[in-house]
Amino acid sequence: MKKAQWLLVIPFIGMAFCLPWVNPYVLGLPFILFWIVLWMVLSSAILYIVYRIEYGKEEKQ
Amino acid sequence: MNSALLIIFFFAALALFLGIRATKGKEMNVNEFAVGNKSFGTLFIFLLIAGEVYTTFTFLGGSGWAYSRGAAAYYVPAYICLAYVLSYWMIPKVWRFAKDHQIISQPGYFSAKYRSPILGVVVSLLGTIALIPYIVIQLKGLGIIVGEASYGAISPIVASAIGAAIITIYVTVSGIHGSAWTAVIKDILILVVIVFLGLYIPFHYFGGIQPMFEAVQAVKPESLTLPSEGYSVAWFISTIILNALGFYLLPQSFSIILSADGEKVLKKNAITLPLYTLLLLFVFFIGFAAIIQVPGLQGADGDLSLLRLTMQTFDPWIVGIVGAAGLLTALVPASVMLMSASVGLMTGIYRLMRPNATDRQQLTVSKLLVFVIIIIAFMFTISGGEALAILNIMSYSLITQLVPALLFSFINTRFMNKYGAMAGIVAGVSIVLYNAVTGIKLADFFPSIPTYINDLNTGMIALAVNFLIAFIVSLTTNRLIAKSRNELLEAQEIVKS
Repeated sequence: MKKAQWLLVIPFIGMAFCLPWVNPYVLGLPFILFWIVLWMVLSSAILYIVYRIEYGKEEKQ
Repeated sequence: MNSALLIIFFFAALALFLGIRATKGKEMNVNEFAVGNKSFGTLFIFLLIAGEVYTTFTFLGGSGWAYSRGAAAYYVPAYICLAYVLSYWMIPKVWRFAKDHQIISQPGYFSAKYRSPILGVVVSLLGTIALIPYIVIQLKGLGIIVGEASYGAISPIVASAIGAAIITIYVTVSGIHGSAWTAVIKDILILVVIVFLGLYIPFHYFGGIQPMFEAVQAVKPESLTLPSEGYSVAWFISTIILNALGFYLLPQSFSIILSADGEKVLKKNAITLPLYTLLLLFVFFIGFAAIIQVPGLQGADGDLSLLRLTMQTFDPWIVGIVGAAGLLTALVPASVMLMSASVGLMTGIYRLMRPNATDRQQLTVSKLLVFVIIIIAFMFTISGGEALAILNIMSYSLITQLVPALLFSFINTRFMNKYGAMAGIVAGVSIVLYNAVTGIKLADFFPSIPTYINDLNTGMIALAVNFLIAFIVSLTTNRLIAKSRNELLEAQEIVKS
């Protein structure tokens, strides 16, 4: 596994293993639903960062 | 004929037209039929993978789960998101190997990786057993949606039959190309319908999204968090991890991977798809609104919450558009499932029996299998039956038993060989089947175990046993294989000397 791809472990920790602690309304959503939405957005961001690390130089050229 | 029915028929005809036209200018061979000659770019792959997420189960079941089980429904976007994260690392490896070895189906991948045609047979049978309930869910869901949205003008069985006929025609004519083109109108329509309903209904009835949740909290607060038993946090975590592992092992998802024209296409899709999955929130909003506005739906009727609330709120022409979106959420995924099941059986079993079959013969057999599978699925659709309900419950757990064989196919290791992979699959599948038939839980064997262990998804337990058996059998048979290889070499030396 490439080094950058280890970042992909983070969404699993945030989405799954933090759940016992997140079970206030934020953005109109109950907190547990907000937490899941937050990690869906962060997952996309992390995947984008990993992609840029892997292909950034190549795509610039 | 009411306006809702006219709109539904228009979109059904449009889907059929696009599905048939998709093959224009292409010479159909088995590679083109199954994986579009590995030529699909980012947009088509996006539409096809998103198409696998927005099925009738999402349309009816997503709002239905929110209505009847509350926060447990959040497992759907959570596992889909994690599946995309996992896919960034996993599926480019599958795609690369498949491209190098001209592989067009899931059984083909496993039999080539482990050099075991028998493993290909096991995988193709497992894939078909897991897929038929999914196809039936689409046909049943289609029947319910069109039946309700046409205000009873079309019976669910007739609607299912029309849907099955449309799918069969454009799959046999165009293969995966037909699914890709119908996915275009489906995704546009579902996007408009879900966002519109998901925003309009909470604002119309409650004045906003937070006021809606506060109204639900006042009458049914337990539906907004996970309970301490049953659909608990332990169930949630084990289910989203299990389903994330299994998502791309469903034969139809595997077929879509193989139809991409490059690794980057798959990685770009992994980045964007978690955001697209946010659409599921709007489906949940409708289910939660229905708790207040359409109370009293019991059991399976909870799945009708979206349609009932829509019919209560809007004019027939809007109901027709919602019904058409529901129709398309059945047609697109069912067509990919049908195509991948037929190609899986053809490559897993027919090629084994007729290794010298021509391309034309393979294509003909694939198309004949489309008819066989749709007839079996339609029989289940009209007869229902206990067997299907059991299969439906365990489909995901069944297909996830391929995870150890897939993960170890990426590395050369003595911990997994073809015997271990097969033994692990058989052990895992046996546990899933036993659990589905008897409904037995861990607490029945160990009465004093804590709730959080008893609530773990059974598929996860089966997967752990699968790994263990696979390791033991692989390590044991490695010695036997090495021993027999050494004996063979010694015998050859003796003959030479």
